[in-house]
Amino acid sequence: MLRLPRFKYLRPKTAREAAQMASDLGPRAMFVAGGTDLFPKLKRRQFEVDALIGLDFLPRTIHRGDDETIVDAGVTLASASSSAELRGDYPGYAEAAGLVSSPPLRNAGTIGGNLCVDTRCNYYDMTYEWRKAAGFCMKKDGDICLVAPSSSRCWAVSSSDTAPMAIALGALVTLAGPNGDRELPVAALYKDDGIDYMAKQPSEVVTSLQLHAAGATRTAYVKLRRRGSIDFPIAGAAVALRLDGPLVTSCRIVLSAVASHPLEAAEAGEFMIGRRVDEESAKAAAEIAAKPAKPLDNADLSHFWRKRMVRVVVEQALKRAGDR
Amino acid sequence: MVALEVNGERTELLLPVHKTLLEVLREDMQLTGTKHGCELGECGTCTVLVDGKPELSCLLLPIQIEGRAVTTVEGLASGSRLHPLQQAFAELGAAQCGYCTPGILLASKSLLDTNQRPTRDEIREALAGNLCRCTGYMKILEAIELAAERMSTHSPSPLAGKEGMGRISDR
Amino acid sequence: MTDNGRYAVIGKPLPKVDAASRVTGQAVYADDMLLPRTLHCRILRSPHPHARIVSIDTSAARRMPGVHAVITGADLPIKFGILPVTQDERALEHEKVRYVGDPIAAVAATDEEIAAAACDAIAVEYQVLEPVMSIDAALGRPKDERIQDYGGPNNIHKLVALEFGDVDGGFARADHVREDVFFFQGNTHLPMEQHSAVATYIDGKVTLWSSTQVVHYVHRALAKVLELPMNRIRVIGAAHGGGFGGKTDPFAHEIIVAKLAMITGRPVKCTLTREEVFYAHRGRHPVLMWVRTGVTSDGRITAMHFKSALDGGAYGSYGVASTFYTGALQTVTYDIPAYRFEGCRVFTNKPPCGPKRGHGTPQPRFAIELHLEKIARDLGIDPVEMKRANFVKPMTRTVNWMRVTSCGLEECTELVMKASGYRERERRSGRGMGFAISSYLSGAGTAIYWNDMPHSEVQIKVDRGGVTAYCGAMDIGQGSDSVLAAVVAEELGLQPKDIRLVTADTDTTPIDLGSYSSRVTFMAGNAALEAARKMRALLVEAVEASGRKYEEVSFEEASVLAEARFGTLTTAGSYTPPKIAGPYKGSGVGPSPAYSYSACVVDLDADPRTGLIHLNKVWIAHDVGRAINPLLVEGQVEGSVYMGLGEALMEEQTFRKGLHKWPSMLEYKSPTFLDMPDVETFIVETNDPEGPYGAKEAGQGPLLPVIPAVNAAVFDALGIWVDEVPVTPEKIVEALRRRDKGEPPRYGPQRFPEIPYPPTIKVDPPPRDLDRAAAASI
Ligand SMILES: Cc1cc2nc3c(=O)[nH]c(=O)nc-3n(C[C@H](O)[C@H](O)[C@H](O)COP(=O)(O)OP(=O)(O)OC[C@H]3O[C@@H](n4cnc5c(N)ncnc54)[C@H](O)[C@@H]3O)c2cc1C
Ligand code: SF4
Ligand code: FES
Ligand code: FES
Repeated sequence: MLRLPRFKYLRPKTAREAAQMASDLGPRAMFVAGGTDLFPKLKRRQFEVDALIGLDFLPRTIHRGDDETIVDAGVTLASASSSAELRGDYPGYAEAAGLVSSPPLRNAGTIGGNLCVDTRCNYYDMTYEWRKAAGFCMKKDGDICLVAPSSSRCWAVSSSDTAPMAIALGALVTLAGPNGDRELPVAALYKDDGIDYMAKQPSEVVTSLQLHAAGATRTAYVKLRRRGSIDFPIAGAAVALRLDGPLVTSCRIVLSAVASHPLEAAEAGEFMIGRRVDEESAKAAAEIAAKPAKPLDNADLSHFWRKRMVRVVVEQALKRAGDR
Repeated sequence: MVALEVNGERTELLLPVHKTLLEVLREDMQLTGTKHGCELGECGTCTVLVDGKPELSCLLLPIQIEGRAVTTVEGLASGSRLHPLQQAFAELGAAQCGYCTPGILLASKSLLDTNQRPTRDEIREALAGNLCRCTGYMKILEAIELAAERMSTHSPSPLAGKEGMGRISDR
Repeated sequence: MTDNGRYAVIGKPLPKVDAASRVTGQAVYADDMLLPRTLHCRILRSPHPHARIVSIDTSAARRMPGVHAVITGADLPIKFGILPVTQDERALEHEKVRYVGDPIAAVAATDEEIAAAACDAIAVEYQVLEPVMSIDAALGRPKDERIQDYGGPNNIHKLVALEFGDVDGGFARADHVREDVFFFQGNTHLPMEQHSAVATYIDGKVTLWSSTQVVHYVHRALAKVLELPMNRIRVIGAAHGGGFGGKTDPFAHEIIVAKLAMITGRPVKCTLTREEVFYAHRGRHPVLMWVRTGVTSDGRITAMHFKSALDGGAYGSYGVASTFYTGALQTVTYDIPAYRFEGCRVFTNKPPCGPKRGHGTPQPRFAIELHLEKIARDLGIDPVEMKRANFVKPMTRTVNWMRVTSCGLEECTELVMKASGYRERERRSGRGMGFAISSYLSGAGTAIYWNDMPHSEVQIKVDRGGVTAYCGAMDIGQGSDSVLAAVVAEELGLQPKDIRLVTADTDTTPIDLGSYSSRVTFMAGNAALEAARKMRALLVEAVEASGRKYEEVSFEEASVLAEARFGTLTTAGSYTPPKIAGPYKGSGVGPSPAYSYSACVVDLDADPRTGLIHLNKVWIAHDVGRAINPLLVEGQVEGSVYMGLGEALMEEQTFRKGLHKWPSMLEYKSPTFLDMPDVETFIVETNDPEGPYGAKEAGQGPLLPVIPAVNAAVFDALGIWVDEVPVTPEKIVEALRRRDKGEPPRYGPQRFPEIPYPPTIKVDPPPRDLDRAAAASI
């Protein structure tokens, strides 16, 4: 049986306290919310920790206000996907949450954890023994990249399903640090680096996600994976757009699982502005969106095929959002 | 010291904090009905109910669920009377090797608790995190449908209660 | 058609006898056992695909607190293996490792974490050798040394070349000859239960509880490697969490825990991690195949030449048998008047392949079904009708001497054709239906090790306390215990739940060769039938001696009368298959006392843009001879369809940089509830003359047609051939791209390698179209 390493479990009562603990303890302490990402990785010894800082205190409510909807970071993926408020206002977001892994996992995994989920690579998400046999890579214990040996960086893949949708919606996160709170656009939470993938301070706790009032925004998320369940995305597209009559007035398209961060296809979004959402425009936009996507051979199925599929998911997401 | 409520019984246990609920159930509480196939959240075999909802016991720490009610397969039957789901699984051959069965029974129970007459597609959705390598899922789907029907119409199993040695004169 | 009315138990959809223990969590699987003072074992495994071991230093591990024993290959040097001809495995290797995952050392410690840390503290020095990772590489000259020191040339393990009838003449007579090359990627069983074993050493005796499919073979291997007489070893099959062929070999961890228990005097348990289960493997061989067939203009086969190359992994396992199986059963579905088979198995630096559901036959079945489909299209005739015209007939001998008794191919085909509406199907791009058939053994006609003893033995004891049946057969979830109970109950006039069962325990049960090769219902069923009929005769005699009729007294009364009259009431039955193998070397693989038959139609949508497939429905008809319990038969058929669909679409065991690419349940794709379509199952009963109540098998055969039916449906939907398994979306997209470029609309292997087959052994075919009595008497 694969088991967790030994650690201390700390139980702060507030986010501030948690942040203070993290800042005091440094990199050998990590936050844990649902644990659905962290625990498998600890069992595979992808992190080494002395202490886990439990985020069980995080509230778990969805507050719908006039100007915005605030989703507490402790809300589970299951609650987010079945929430009437979210399904009504931001169907694409609820859809993304509901497409994460499998039903029992969604009952534990949180939306805060989903924003912070570690990048993935099938040379890295392996047991200690396997990685030792393969030769450790620079993301953990080694100094080269096994996917792109000549590369000086890590290309592990951002695999969150909800982060792209949050970015497309222009959502903000509230971060609690040891010295106070701050707000940040979700887009600014990430860096294009497989190892150092988060732009926030390691001691900052994500306490909530703020979604602007939906108004006329239409959203859709399309996820590609091998099976109907359990699997991470191997490509995905989140779309949020607004229409004036039949014409697009704003449009953001963000891709999942094709880079080390959620990849915004800004050019493709701009292309849609002033157009109708139809077969032709969706195809053309998808073509543009797919260009910057650079899947590598470190996830399921071939990267050539995944690259082709980016077009398909973008096109489908655009059409679905347009139809909503 | 962690206080756990499992199948309606409260137990206080002195545990290393890094032991998962799966390990504690199997190794410290002798509740070996909960099985495991990966210990990484990938197969659903270790599913238990926490406050009535299916969760993966291989990815849970007891300390995280203190004060919440855990149900394992051992908590499904009332005494020696099988839960209608167990009865239907037994009658229809929905358990072959039976290794995935505890997790699937619990996920099914959670479904029927909130949705009395689910459609086949709803059952598939609800059980999409539980792999079974033996049955091809068909008999499981049929058993859940049968249990749902019996539970909502309160009709007992035709086989329940038939006991005793058969007789030659039965022929 | 059926005469089920005659029976009180046979043919009834009764719950399994152990159903309650499985649905309540009370069945005790090996990993559920925790004996007092148990030590936990972890195994150190090779990080190199191919290397010589220079030294192993266990001193640091031995010094760790909590560590009770550390063993290496020097402690278990004797080699073992499932086949007598390939005794090439060691429980722990101390000279050379042959795949990533090869066991090197083992630790028994007070808990698993200490054992794992101790394994990590063992220092092994290796001299790394060039890994051989493909069939082509194995056929070529090794850069430094061969993987095994037997077989050859190069890394070839086994070569076979057989010819039956006049193949050249058959091709000369043909109006059309076609050649195709196919590749079937390897895959694994993925039982939900990870292998587990617990051993004790008490009073000078080893007792082992294991999640094995064959207690007898484990018993033999333990005796050999531990150098103990068999009477000092007891092997008990624990409640079983799924095998599919993957727990049919004796395994290193079983021997290791026994040895550690002997050293420490304490119970020792080892449960493999999921990753280790991928290394234990013994799964489906990757097979490259070439087939050439001649047909007349109306589609009758005149000759076939079939070549296979199996990627065997690092050890022999069942590989010699697997090699023969890739050529044995082609003739059991189609009447092939002249047949040449050339087979080759190579060693590579991967976990060893072995028997997985269908053992060695799904690969050639896939090839031959698609190949005939293509021939029919060449000739412009309906593939279903062409196949049908070539179906074997009941009560015949095939050109390679396989004895066919009952055969329900026609009925199976008609049932799935009708139910699926195949002939009237909607012809639309992107939507397709595919049809295929197959056949499988009801137990191998010859044993793994040659002997004249029965393959299955059953004892029955009756006393005033009731009936107990004893049999070495192992219930792996398929319901073999329920079949035994049903047979005994039927004969004695009881219900299955009235029969106590003692199974799979080498101390208390007579030999049965285990749950593989679909043999248990047929063989243990026949043995049980014999024992039960003898018992019934005793009971009848005793009752009649008292002046009454058996039907008039209760069972309890009858047993009291009989016990009073005869003393202890025990009877025994056994089953030895008829000697029906042909007169040639290698004829032991393929013959079976009876063959099951299946036909299948798969309905799917294939998206030409993405290559993604959506399965709509599967219809399958299976000739099981007689359904002793239709519930169990349906369960086996549906489970087979599931596994076949997984293999057809997503399951694959692939390697990268010498390592298993994805030894996890997340990345090795097993279909979920959402990926599995509805299945409509038809049971066909042909009442086999030699099966118990006419029964044959259901556990493996129905997997076989599913895979080629998927590929055929993809062709029907998109007009492209994916001559490879699994059919992944990227392969479909690539085949479509080739078509659009004007190239052949196909994805698959281009060539079959040059293989130094030995001179062909020519075998005269048996006289054609014998009646059964004559056929059996040959
Ligand atoms: C088999 C399997 C399949 C999966 N499939 C998917 C999938 O399809 N899509 C997908 O998106 N994810 C998937 N996941 C990953 C994961 O389960 C989800 O992303 C989940 O939402 C993570 O949430 P959590 O609360 O469990 O996070 P945790 O595991 O608790 O934490 C994840 C990371 O985020 C940090 N963290 C958590 N919460 C906070 C916070 N509030 N503030 C700051 N840091 C925080 C932790 O320190 C940790 O580094 C899968 C996981 C598994 C095991
Ligand atoms: S992308 Fe390269 S460096 Fe990053 S995890 Fe994968 S192999 Fe390691
Ligand atoms: S054991 Fe596989 S999900 Fe928990
Ligand atoms: S019954 Fe064996 S895995 Fe489901």
